[in-house]
Amino acid sequence: MSRKFLEDGELPYCKGCGHSLVANNIDIALQKNNYSILDIIIVTDIGCHGIIDKSFKTHTIHGLHGRSVALASGISAGTSNPKKKVIVLVGDGGATIGMQHIIDAAHNNFNITVIVHNNMLYGMTGGQPSEFTPYGFKTTTTPEGTNRNGYDLCKLAAIAGASFVSRVIGNVDFSDVLSKAFAAKGFSLVEVMEICPSYGVKANPGMKLKNILDAAGLEVKTFVNKETRSFETNIRTNVKRLLNDNENIPVKYKSNIDKPVNILISGSAGEGVQSAAEIFAKAAVSSGLNVSKKGNYPVTVGVGFSSSDIIISPEEILFTGTKDPDIIIITSKEGLDYSSAIIKNSDKGIIFYDSSVSMPETKATLIKYDFRKRVPAKNVSLYALLYYVDYSKVFPLDAVIETLKNDKLSSKLELNKLLDFS
Amino acid sequence: MNNEKKIIFTDNSKIVIEALTEAGADVFIGYPITPANLLYHYASQRFPVFMAAPDEITTLQWMAGFSSVGKIPVTATSFPGFALMVESINMAYMMELPMVIILVQRLGPATGTATTGAQGDLLLLNGMISGGMSIATFNYSDEFDCWNISAKAVEFAVKHRTPVVILTSKEEMMTKKSLDLNLLPFISKYKREFYNSAETYIPYKPEKNLVPAFLPIDNEQHQVRITASTHNMRGIIQNSTLEAMNNSKRLHFKNLRNIEDYVYYDLDDIPDAKTIIVSYGITSDAVKEAVINLRKEGKKISHLIAKTLLPIPKKYYEILDKFETIIIAEENLTGQYKQVLYGSNPQTNIISITDFGKMINPAAITKQASNYV
Repeated sequence: MSRKFLEDGELPYCKGCGHSLVANNIDIALQKNNYSILDIIIVTDIGCHGIIDKSFKTHTIHGLHGRSVALASGISAGTSNPKKKVIVLVGDGGATIGMQHIIDAAHNNFNITVIVHNNMLYGMTGGQPSEFTPYGFKTTTTPEGTNRNGYDLCKLAAIAGASFVSRVIGNVDFSDVLSKAFAAKGFSLVEVMEICPSYGVKANPGMKLKNILDAAGLEVKTFVNKETRSFETNIRTNVKRLLNDNENIPVKYKSNIDKPVNILISGSAGEGVQSAAEIFAKAAVSSGLNVSKKGNYPVTVGVGFSSSDIIISPEEILFTGTKDPDIIIITSKEGLDYSSAIIKNSDKGIIFYDSSVSMPETKATLIKYDFRKRVPAKNVSLYALLYYVDYSKVFPLDAVIETLKNDKLSSKLELNKLLDFS
Repeated sequence: MNNEKKIIFTDNSKIVIEALTEAGADVFIGYPITPANLLYHYASQRFPVFMAAPDEITTLQWMAGFSSVGKIPVTATSFPGFALMVESINMAYMMELPMVIILVQRLGPATGTATTGAQGDLLLLNGMISGGMSIATFNYSDEFDCWNISAKAVEFAVKHRTPVVILTSKEEMMTKKSLDLNLLPFISKYKREFYNSAETYIPYKPEKNLVPAFLPIDNEQHQVRITASTHNMRGIIQNSTLEAMNNSKRLHFKNLRNIEDYVYYDLDDIPDAKTIIVSYGITSDAVKEAVINLRKEGKKISHLIAKTLLPIPKKYYEILDKFETIIIAEENLTGQYKQVLYGSNPQTNIISITDFGKMINPAAITKQASNYV
């Protein structure tokens, strides 16, 4: 059969290299499956096999070492043209580096065919062993032979969920196997066993591929050939805009403040600091104020402190970070610990704090209250902020009540208790 | 109260994702990481295609795949993830595949503190492309930049066949503010053009402004060759031919030349000011406050907010060269933009105001800057 997908002439490999046989078998298999030249997208990895691009008349893309399967997965998931056949050419070195990508692609069942040129060592970087080098096989850096067996990639791909997996010896016509792999829906993988004429043959004179495979327990067979559903990209056509009028907060209330008020609320994670600060902030917006809210918390979720800097202002707000707060609200010991330096340095502010904590020395005005005794811990932040609104009249309490009623939190709250400051 | 306003209370992550999609970005691929996770979350609701990748290398590779078939992919990450992406960003740069990568800075080194912001990754970007080549890097100074510059980043990437980085930081992406929606201008979707001639397609033949025409690799008309290795105009790997070298150099000059049409900055200049303070990103609002304070004290100081960070626009030096003293404020240990603008041993009239591990307070800027005004 004359070539259709490959250019005429010599292929760019060493004499006797199995890679040439792989390329020719691909051409034959593609012809058997009646593909057109531009139906094919060849994705090559780094390694000797990867210099084949210029010999293919198809689309070609040549990327990084080990990443070809991930790149091909992206092409396959991205194309809206179901006729396209994405074929990855990778060596055992690239398969070692990109093992996760292979497992992942098989698991997702991306619609690609991966052809692994397994000559059991890294040929382009001097002949060192890969994770596919079998026990006893000699390489340039293991002249006594490697001391552990390589992966059985076919078994791994099969377990991961591939549609078609086969291992062949690269010294015969295996185009029928490739043809089946190309026709399979979803992820298919063919591992072609070779010996590198430059490093493998020299280091292991007289060794036969079949004997190596037998000793390593690597079976030459088709492991999986099943009808499956290949990966389908979910393309949503009716996504909603994020910034829509539903979130509009109408201004219904009025605030009497004539300058910015910096508020720091500091408490414990899991006690609703951030959600309470958000309710407060939205109520301030509904009172015609400019508002910012910055959260501070450790990386852990649900443990440790949680605090929020809120600025409410009749003017434009610029800097949104923590700076000498006018109001500090402390609802727990963890909140106090986080804010203690700010409290000690405060000389103008008012501090509302729970009766369970001991305040350090400060020039700020102190107001103690039983926040924690009066409501459940999960509501203590909200309760403290409501207390502050009621105390300060920065904006009407009704603004917060209305914001709360519009919030998903509302069904879980006993509003009358949260508004009881007697 | 003005009832015509449409006030919402939002973080900037939401504004960024909305703007990117309005401009035509159609695929978000990512692995979530604090403080980029709000971008990831909103993207999962808003992008026509959203793919959850198992890690950041896969993210960039999938993005390159989508980009090669004509989609416009976006991701968002922070330093630990970005570090994993660097080789693949170089790949996309060499392949000339458009995409947008948002780097939300947090406190390093290494894992550092995920929930503390920083401006610590600019020098990495300045040398990220092997060979010291330029990659377009934008950043935001406020919510309106989040809207406008996000759209321009998509446009720059697609129009010039290149990855683009948007540099931002934790507080910029997570702090919430009230915003009048009516102040955000309409964003029109960028009209992308693919190669449409009957003549043989040459994938790396430079056309207008050093940019080669783009054709998706899954097209039916012309062979497309894409490669990350040194190559000639036809996309054939070549070691060091003149054509291949010129092609590689073109990538740098393509960005250098075209960034000049995408120079975004705010200049608050007052007559007779001999000192200017330069800021970018999260530090800009603190500097604005400091400038107001300094002027109240009768001090004459100007303010430049840089939004197009890299490659450095020529315009910045035109502005800065008129001043006797230049102060650069940023949230990192060593003064990274100062080093980018003036090198590691600048003259004594180039001053750094920095802080590490927390936002620089306007009072600190006011105090330090007043020594130089």
